[in-house]
Amino acid sequence: MNLAVTLSGQSQKLELKNPILTASGTFGYGLEFAPFGDLSSLGGFIVKGLSLKPRLGNPGPRIVETTAGMLNAVGLQNAGVEYFCRETLPKLPTNQTNVIANIYASSVEEFAELAAILEHEPRIKALEVNISCPNVRQGGVLFGQDAKMAAHVTKACRQAAPNKFLIVKLSPNVTDIAYIAQSVEGAGCDCISCINTLQGMSVDLKSRRPMLANVIGGLSGPAIKPVALRCVWQVAKAVKIPVIGVGGITSARDVLEFILVGAWAIQVGTANFMRPQISFELIKDIPLLCEELNITSLTELRGSLKVS
Amino acid sequence: MTPKSLQLKVLDLVPFGQTGTKHYFFALRLENPNWEEWQPGQFVMLRPASFGLEIPWGRPLGICHLTHQHLICFFQVLGRGTERLAQLKTGDYVQVVGPLGQGFVMEEATPTLLLAGGMGIVPFVGYVNRHSQPWNLSMLFGHRAPIDCYPVDSINERITLDSLQETVPGDLDNLIFSLQERIHDCAEQHGLVLACGPLPFLKTVQRFALQFQARTQLSLENRMACGVGACLGCVTKTTPNWQDQKLANNYVQVCTHGPVFWAEQIIL
Ligand SMILES: Cc1cc2nc3c(=O)[nH]c(=O)nc-3n(C[C@H](O)[C@H](O)[C@H](O)COP(=O)(O)OP(=O)(O)OC[C@H]3O[C@@H](n4cnc5c(N)ncnc54)[C@H](O)[C@@H]3O)c2cc1C
Ligand SMILES: Cc1cc2nc3c(=O)[nH]c(=O)nc-3n(C[C@H](O)[C@H](O)[C@H](O)COP(=O)(O)O)c2cc1C
Ligand code: FES
Repeated sequence: MNLAVTLSGQSQKLELKNPILTASGTFGYGLEFAPFGDLSSLGGFIVKGLSLKPRLGNPGPRIVETTAGMLNAVGLQNAGVEYFCRETLPKLPTNQTNVIANIYASSVEEFAELAAILEHEPRIKALEVNISCPNVRQGGVLFGQDAKMAAHVTKACRQAAPNKFLIVKLSPNVTDIAYIAQSVEGAGCDCISCINTLQGMSVDLKSRRPMLANVIGGLSGPAIKPVALRCVWQVAKAVKIPVIGVGGITSARDVLEFILVGAWAIQVGTANFMRPQISFELIKDIPLLCEELNITSLTELRGSLKVS
Repeated sequence: MTPKSLQLKVLDLVPFGQTGTKHYFFALRLENPNWEEWQPGQFVMLRPASFGLEIPWGRPLGICHLTHQHLICFFQVLGRGTERLAQLKTGDYVQVVGPLGQGFVMEEATPTLLLAGGMGIVPFVGYVNRHSQPWNLSMLFGHRAPIDCYPVDSINERITLDSLQETVPGDLDNLIFSLQERIHDCAEQHGLVLACGPLPFLKTVQRFALQFQARTQLSLENRMACGVGACLGCVTKTTPNWQDQKLANNYVQVCTHGPVFWAEQIIL
């Protein structure tokens, strides 16, 4: 079965040998998972969020397990884009698969500056803009929660990196995700990925303390899959550009469900922690499951959900 | 060596401690993973099929011992994960990712003081068994449950183990005093101190280690999701003494840079 997909955006294209990508922040810089599978067999991998300057991240505890999921408040710890390009990128199999940079900033200008730096980095095949972060210049409102700001960031990145395949990653913590999707499409991105984590919290009754030092964190894992499916379905109906599904995927069945509601590709996140070889295994599992379910191609399945 | 992810068969699960009451301590014997090498102080992430989707993370457990026949882990039942581990049956399969992290240093000719608090005894079983000059080893073991709840037999065969059971509040002062004395003496002999146990225990050891300038390694037990350095969830803070200047005064992953650290290089 041919698993290759071409993501055709408004101005750029991205060729994937299969629809399996790994989600930012859950796959390190790829190398952490090299002992468990062949990185170049993946459709691509999205590295941990990069910022312009190094970021220390939040104090611990940063993570806590919940029922069928986890909360994280890592706080975007990373060594900065410059360090990444100089030290990490040369070690990655950039000729064999798509290495995608996830970017994070606290102002529109910073986003543009980051995108401009990566525009000149041929080893990076695409940018994924994480708009689930506060705009420091505008009272800390999340870029992704305001359609105008989301469009503004998208446009700035598009102009700064006209030759990169541009993905915007949406937050589910909004009232109308389809509306945000349309506004970033209107601002020129090539593709949308959704969803980022859902805001949540966990407390310890005995000590009467929050389980995370940051009090609240982002929920991910199997628990959020129904929310992610709903978001992908709503967004896929609302836009013409391809959508990448993320959230709670742990099996080939989950992957096909996301494709059924309209996703072109998917990202595996928290499941990488449950089973480090899972992303590599899915590539082999999908054709087997398709055969079992008489699905002849992913194209045939895509968006074929029957809603009466 | 680089870690592997394997499905290993359970050989048996042996409860420790008094019979008749509910068991909280277990030795889990698994078939041999055939790793090329491993060091005491390294750990594995265990995930039985019974975790399903409900319990996403594997559970980090120290490598208690590894022989030609088997891998032994030893655990205490604390919460939902270890409760399910305690239900494993002979013949079940468990996902084992390891060996992970950096183990304790071994300097066979150096007088070495092993300090264990509770389950912190686990890595020292392998350490003592592997050491070629056990007469250079001594050990202080602070614990709350009765001594027969812990895997002390093979340690007792090779070295003298001083154990202090904490039953009344005053016992804690005794333990702290003993730690102070033993760390002080070890520093005088230019010896090595290795410690593993709960956070308050490690903090006490660290305090005396810095005070007496004893060369000391501490093994941490931070919450872990991935075990391979990817999620940045398990981090600890480094001091200006961290070996790599780029990572000094920074957060580093306990699962890959540790769990064993030099006492003067981290802030607990
Ligand atoms: C490198 C490493 C090696 C370890 N080696 C061993 C070992 O050899 N034997 C052993 O019994 N345990 C060991 N632990 C601790 C063990 O991983 C935890 O006890 C276990 O994860 C608890 O899981 P649970 O689901 O039963 O408890 P949870 O439901 O997760 O928690 C129950 C209680 O245990 C506490 N707890 C959770 N995680 C930890 C932790 N990492 N350390 C201390 N308390 C915790 C929680 O705060 C809570 O109070 C090790 C931990 C690490 C990081
Ligand atoms: C520990 C952790 C760190 C993450 N870091 C990032 C990040 O840096 N940038 C980002 O866009 N998303 C980040 N995410 C979100 C994931 O990429 C993904 O969108 C989310 O976890 C939902 O997918 P999942 O349920 O499969 O994990 C992180 C998630 C986790 C669990
Ligand atoms: S547990 Fe994920 S980085 Fe250590």
